[in-house]
Amino acid sequence: MTISISCRGLGKTYHSRSGDVRALEPVDLEVKPGEFLVLIGPSGCGKTTLMRIIGGLQSASEGTLKLTTGPDGRDTVGFVFQQSNLLPWMTIEDNVALPLRLRHIGKQERRERAVELCNKVGLAGFERRWPRELSGGMQQRAAIARALADDPALLLMDEPFGALDALTRTRLNSELERLWMASGATVVLVTHSISEAVMLADRIVVMSARPGRIRSITQVPFERPRPVSLEGTAEFQAIASELRAQLDQTA
Amino acid sequence: MTRLQKSLPGIVSVTGSFIIWEAYCRLSGMPALILPAPTQILAVFFDVMSERSTFYHLSITLWEILAGFSIATVAGVFLGWLIYVSPIIQRALHPFIVASQVVPKVALVPLFVLWFGFGPASKIIVAAVIAFFPVMVNTHLGLRSVEDGHKDVFKALRANPFQRIMLLQIPSALPAILAGMEMAIVLATIGAVVGEYLGGSEGLGYLAVATMNAFQTDRLFVLIILLTLIGFSLFIVIATLRRMLTAWHSVD
Repeated sequence: MTISISCRGLGKTYHSRSGDVRALEPVDLEVKPGEFLVLIGPSGCGKTTLMRIIGGLQSASEGTLKLTTGPDGRDTVGFVFQQSNLLPWMTIEDNVALPLRLRHIGKQERRERAVELCNKVGLAGFERRWPRELSGGMQQRAAIARALADDPALLLMDEPFGALDALTRTRLNSELERLWMASGATVVLVTHSISEAVMLADRIVVMSARPGRIRSITQVPFERPRPVSLEGTAEFQAIASELRAQLDQTA
Repeated sequence: MTRLQKSLPGIVSVTGSFIIWEAYCRLSGMPALILPAPTQILAVFFDVMSERSTFYHLSITLWEILAGFSIATVAGVFLGWLIYVSPIIQRALHPFIVASQVVPKVALVPLFVLWFGFGPASKIIVAAVIAFFPVMVNTHLGLRSVEDGHKDVFKALRANPFQRIMLLQIPSALPAILAGMEMAIVLATIGAVVGEYLGGSEGLGYLAVATMNAFQTDRLFVLIILLTLIGFSLFIVIATLRRMLTAWHSVD
């Protein structure tokens, strides 16, 4: 249940009264089925734009995007945003089960699935709470649970942990890896954090700003699951400092 | 501070003003025709409440208010939604909407009586016309305040337009719509009573005019109290509804 992505000359220009803004230079990018791909780069490098185009939230100005489903034909997409974007008028349970509700799945099944997902992301016992009663980290967990609700073949995450403290972030990173390994979905994750990128990615795409374009692609060789202690190793640091050097040049 | 301590200044000021009113009436020799004393009004209050006709008129007025309010709510929500989804319709309706606000609507009452007769129909329409505007404006405002992030969620999940209306737009706009309805119920009460002042032979507004013509000032005061109680009770009902339906919204 995975999707592969093929971008050919995908570009985006925003037209406005004060002139055109080139957000994304034509990009060629292939994402393999089941791959964990990370997009990293400075603000304004078009990484969010690229991701939103892949997720169908925006249209490209040029180029083609092709999503190829696996043998089972699943094409569901889960999206996690910078903010949790939970609906404040629904309980956590109803928020998590929203994708199922939109597909007209019965109440009983939705509830069971929501409870199961809340368990998975460490929110057991909070199913009946309002989003405002939860901390930022817990809200983001609920948003991840919602993205996973419909067994997505493709999981798109736009700086999902950007607003969280470093400790929560590290913990959610390893939980995300675990969830991803269990699901087998293709993941595209946008981040500002170099260590998050190296910790999670199969491949890291470094982008440069104004106009946004791909600068380099780095393969990350580590075995999975990756322990938190990996960050202390020389190999990890070598990749991280190489990425940092590239990002410094792009800024 | 306890609740009693908090409400004490209010209780003292209200009780105090009633005592001053009573004392003034008794000491100044003010004719009861101009200003009856509170105790006199209270005595007449029980007289009026024991008359069956009072409840007949009350039920007429209540019906006019509720019917006008319901029409205002349905029309206001629908039009608010319509001008939200269609900018062309918004531009087409804009002159009428502005005009309907600039015209002192009470001035239209004789016209409505002329068109719709002296019965409850003309009052219902007056109430609806006066109450409609805040519902429409608030619905429009509420719909425009749907968060972009929430729209993204529904788009990413490929929700259909109906699902968007039911699960995103209506809940997003609900606090604003209900706030508009709170204003509408008060305005509908005013509309119905003003309508009754100007024509017809039923309702508390008509009764108030008839009482005035008979120089029964104390009874007039009773009717004012009754109308106040109606307006207040209806407002409480809508306000409670709002609190119940938007429990998620406030942090109390």
